[in-house]
Amino acid sequence: MKDTLNIAEPVIQAKGVDLVFQTGDGPVQALKDVTLTINRGDFVSFIGPSGCGKTTFLRAIAGLETPTGGQLSVNGLSPDAARRARAYGYVFQAAGLYPWRTIAGNIKLPLEIMGFSRAEQAERVERVLKLVDLEGFGRKFPWQLSGGMQQRASIARALAFDADILLMDEPFGALDEIVRDRLNEELLRLWAATDKTIGFVTHSIPEAVYLSTKIVVMSPRPGRITDVIESPLPRHRPLDIRDTAQFIEIAHRVRDGLRAGHHDEI
Amino acid sequence: MRSLLPILTVLAAILVIWYGAAMKLNAAWTYDQAARAGTDPTFVDVINDTMAQERPVLPPPHQVAKGLWDGLTAQAITSKRSLVWHGWVTLSATMLGFAVGAGLGIVLAIGIVHNRAMDLSVMPWAIASQTVPILAIAPMVIVVLASLNITGIVPKAIISAYLSFFPVLVGMVKGLRSPDAMQLDLLHTYNASGAKTLWKLRLPSSMPYLFASLKVAIAASLVGTIVGELPAGATAGLGARLLSGSYYGQTVQIWSALFAAAGLAAGLVIIVSIIERLVLRRMGAVQ
Repeated sequence: MKDTLNIAEPVIQAKGVDLVFQTGDGPVQALKDVTLTINRGDFVSFIGPSGCGKTTFLRAIAGLETPTGGQLSVNGLSPDAARRARAYGYVFQAAGLYPWRTIAGNIKLPLEIMGFSRAEQAERVERVLKLVDLEGFGRKFPWQLSGGMQQRASIARALAFDADILLMDEPFGALDEIVRDRLNEELLRLWAATDKTIGFVTHSIPEAVYLSTKIVVMSPRPGRITDVIESPLPRHRPLDIRDTAQFIEIAHRVRDGLRAGHHDEI
Repeated sequence: MRSLLPILTVLAAILVIWYGAAMKLNAAWTYDQAARAGTDPTFVDVINDTMAQERPVLPPPHQVAKGLWDGLTAQAITSKRSLVWHGWVTLSATMLGFAVGAGLGIVLAIGIVHNRAMDLSVMPWAIASQTVPILAIAPMVIVVLASLNITGIVPKAIISAYLSFFPVLVGMVKGLRSPDAMQLDLLHTYNASGAKTLWKLRLPSSMPYLFASLKVAIAASLVGTIVGELPAGATAGLGARLLSGSYYGQTVQIWSALFAAAGLAAGLVIIVSIIERLVLRRMGAVQ
């Protein structure tokens, strides 16, 4: 079933992308000459210190920021056209659930906006709640759930309308390590079950290595890519793969990449 | 029950000060009358007299309470002497003015949040409108509208709306802008229209702000209506009652009408609070 995924089919393509923010203190170069191809079914992590432009790049893919130079395409469209075609689901660092809606109501939000029928909304809510292991919590309000459960609900919300791409901006950054491990495992299971293409921003080396098929190491000022690592790890990954020599070797290479990026500053 | 003691303490203190002030202020009249009659009243006589004058400078609490009670119950509620009837006249104009004012405040706030030109132009005018004394505007509104043959509830409601739209406008602009950048980005990723963003995110987010504003606005509405009843010509309503009381030196009537208005205002604010609690509970707020 996964064989088809081995045929590289580019979904997101960036060529020489520049992005300059105009601020009160003058222009700030957030991205410089970023070139990257993400294929269908890839799980791509962006890792780097704060200010390296990893979130900016993810937002540019989502059409929330506009590059000032270079070319960026999503599904062969401009990021803005892809956004209007609802090509992706976006998960933010905070769950951002509406406190006045139940969990099911929150998951319905994009479906209501996109005009799905009531019956289809209910059916999809059930399906994605099952995917993120929150069956039976549809009627709860967000404050009745733990932080980890809230973030799972926000992932369910991003999955509800069947976009092929899932963009995640440090979705587990605010959670403790035990919850984070569990959600990482679940995310891999979910990825295997749905064949999504995932872009994932993180600042945790183990998280990036554990989850990704491709690790993009970035460095700040100006934000740029210093290394792209194609992970040799198998797609199916039990949690204890993190103790293997191969895993530690990749983590080492990521750390080297991060250090190399920092080197220019010191 | 623990909160009862402080409340009663404050109430007792107010009553003591009130009685003291009534004795002091009303005593002048008593001595004046005694001097004319050529009598020399004892201290007890003076005290007794200050508690039961027909037109005291400051009526003591029990006279106001009796005036209020008589006003509410001593005649049929359709009588022109009934405070219930006057209260209803004021209340109906207040409700109309509040509905118009709150509606106007919400509509203007939505315009300000969605339209840059309105954002820059409306707010300064709204603020300026509130710096003009309502007492100066009210007679003009009444006179101008009367010349157009518009009398009765509408002119009063307009003055009431003039006072009540402002707190709603300010609160709603703040409330509609309360969703953070992340919430707005999320709807942007769904390619949600401005109307959908308003309906699904901005309006629900603004509810706590709206209710805080409505409580201020409904009290302001009542003040506006009473002010609208003061200019010559009004014969009904708590404002008219205040005015006729001051014409004829009926201080007990003035104070009774004042307390009726205060009670009405408190009742209206309590009703808004109850609706607020019901709405916020339906919206999943922790209770």
